[in-house]
Amino acid sequence: MISTAIADLWYGFGVALEPHNLMYCFLGVLVGNLVGVLPGMGPVATISILLPLTFGMQPVPAILMLSGVYYGAQYGGAICSILLNLPCHPPHAVTCLDGFPLTKQGKGGTALGITIIAAFIGASFGITEMIFLAPFLVSVALKFGPAEVCSLMLVGLLAGSTLAKGSPLKGIAMTVLGLLVGIVGSDIETGQPRFTFGITELFDGVEIIALALGMFGIAEFMNSINNTETVDMKYAKVGISDMFPSKADLKLAFWPMIRGTFIGSLCALIPGTGPTIASFVSYAAEKKISKTPERFGHGAIEGVACPEASTHSSVQGDFIPTMSLGIPGDTVMALLLGALIIHGIVPGPQLISQHADIFWGLIASFWIGNILLVVLNVPMIGIWVKLLSIPYRYLYPSAMFFVCIGVYAASNDMFQVGETLVIGVAGYVLLRLDFHPAPVLLGFVLGPRFEENFRRSLLISRGDLTTFVQRPISAFFLAICVLLIAAQIYVWLHKPKILVENKAIEAQVPTTPYSELAG
Amino acid sequence: MNGRFKLKRDYYAGGLMLLLGVGAAVTGTGYKFGSLARMGPGFLPVMLGIVLAFLGILIAGTALASSEPDHKKFLPDNPQWFGWLCILNGPVLFIILGEYGGMIPAIFACVFVCALGDKTATYKSSAILAAGVTVFGVLLFHYLLSIPFPLLRGINL
Repeated sequence: MISTAIADLWYGFGVALEPHNLMYCFLGVLVGNLVGVLPGMGPVATISILLPLTFGMQPVPAILMLSGVYYGAQYGGAICSILLNLPCHPPHAVTCLDGFPLTKQGKGGTALGITIIAAFIGASFGITEMIFLAPFLVSVALKFGPAEVCSLMLVGLLAGSTLAKGSPLKGIAMTVLGLLVGIVGSDIETGQPRFTFGITELFDGVEIIALALGMFGIAEFMNSINNTETVDMKYAKVGISDMFPSKADLKLAFWPMIRGTFIGSLCALIPGTGPTIASFVSYAAEKKISKTPERFGHGAIEGVACPEASTHSSVQGDFIPTMSLGIPGDTVMALLLGALIIHGIVPGPQLISQHADIFWGLIASFWIGNILLVVLNVPMIGIWVKLLSIPYRYLYPSAMFFVCIGVYAASNDMFQVGETLVIGVAGYVLLRLDFHPAPVLLGFVLGPRFEENFRRSLLISRGDLTTFVQRPISAFFLAICVLLIAAQIYVWLHKPKILVENKAIEAQVPTTPYSELAG
Repeated sequence: MNGRFKLKRDYYAGGLMLLLGVGAAVTGTGYKFGSLARMGPGFLPVMLGIVLAFLGILIAGTALASSEPDHKKFLPDNPQWFGWLCILNGPVLFIILGEYGGMIPAIFACVFVCALGDKTATYKSSAILAAGVTVFGVLLFHYLLSIPFPLLRGINL
């Protein structure tokens, strides 16, 4: 198995190193790194804006570039947290706790250096995990019939909505809303237009870009306009020479990095627990096993190394369920899945065999992209720090233009711009009512495939609903669903100690003027 | 409203979901429902609508049952009516001017109006930003990516 994996990987490097693909991978990580640094811009909005521009491209470079934005943004996000104490990117919010005190002590450069090393170790492990685990998952998933796919999607949807931040009930409600939005358009089997209200433009369904940019773009700008603090650049002075950590720091940070990597890679495998949860869990764990827990919060280098490693390993691992099963774990993955579908690639277990160039090329590009990011971040740190001081009043109007033209370019139709606007206002209303928009996108992307498989499995069983329980794999997934719901009810009734502790850490993290959407 | 009954945001949240759910279910009944073995296009919309309405009741219900007060309001503490108006009008102008004017006026108006929404912005600073973004946008989208969107309608540039 190892030898085939290495041979496949070799092939992947061949794909990823084609000059054309390499260029787009570089472009992706560069743009990702850039938006990661900019406060108030997130990978979701960026990928949505870039998505229409990839329509004319081959699928391989398109996917390499869009993925690059996602992991590239993680490298940039930490800079904001460490130097400015601004958790603009949720996965790096917890890094503020020890990163900013280090900056105040004049060790901000060391913290950034450690972050880059931790990121690379975390990411490398995440990628290795993907190389070996994804083909294994595929070999299992190839046995799935429509009933199994259906139950598996249910697990993905439930986990995505209940394990994320905020009230699980509201999360599920948002998933259902997303499924309903996914229904808009012509029915696949009968052609009957549904929820279109006679608007011809809606017959093709709601545009995924309009949904993502409305919810994560316009709603986000409405939320943060005139609501952002002036950025304090007092401590943000870092030179290249500051970035090389001392031997003592490295020694201190080594094991936390390894532990963080493991926690992150585990979190990646549980659908719905993305990098943000991974970073919080690993910080809490590191504080717990530390011999000197009182140092945490006052500039402990472990408190930077551990969550950063776990974020990056989780980010890379996030791709596993998306690429092997076609079940996205979070918003960015839902968007990438949407991108695959737009490029005419059917997500699911057959992806690896039918589109080996995409799968193995993607994995190889992860390595290349991560090396590029390490190389980029050291000499360019001065530029990134300068970018931090770009005020929000210049950022959001420019971003609004990108939103408008991005949506327009998707179908060369002004109707889509209006659609985005309406979704944006609705998204803001939902946001003010404490509904998180992430599950909407998840439900939207999975909705049509869920309906198709649901119909098909009941057609095969002649309307017998017990088919979902009679087939063992499907029953197993349904059992997980029941377990997820039971766990939520238990947490709601008993409020276990570990969650209270996690809440306490969350409360310490400085609140951000930019809402939690940016991630 | 007495002291014990305070309106919480979750009542609105639950009510909204109930409304959306019932709306979806009612609209869904207009499509062929079918049977379990041969589902029509109306089956899932009706089912999802019912589930959403049920979730709405649960959301409002748990808020009613919980004694924790909700200090946050639906509107933020300092509502930015002018800022919101500017942000929302940017795309509206983009649509109108894009349809009748072309790419250049659309970009300029969109960025200019959006930028005015910031409380520290002046006409001059907004105009400079808008001009800068317009130049960049035209170079990138017209010349580099060549999306089909005339720079100025009626004039062949």
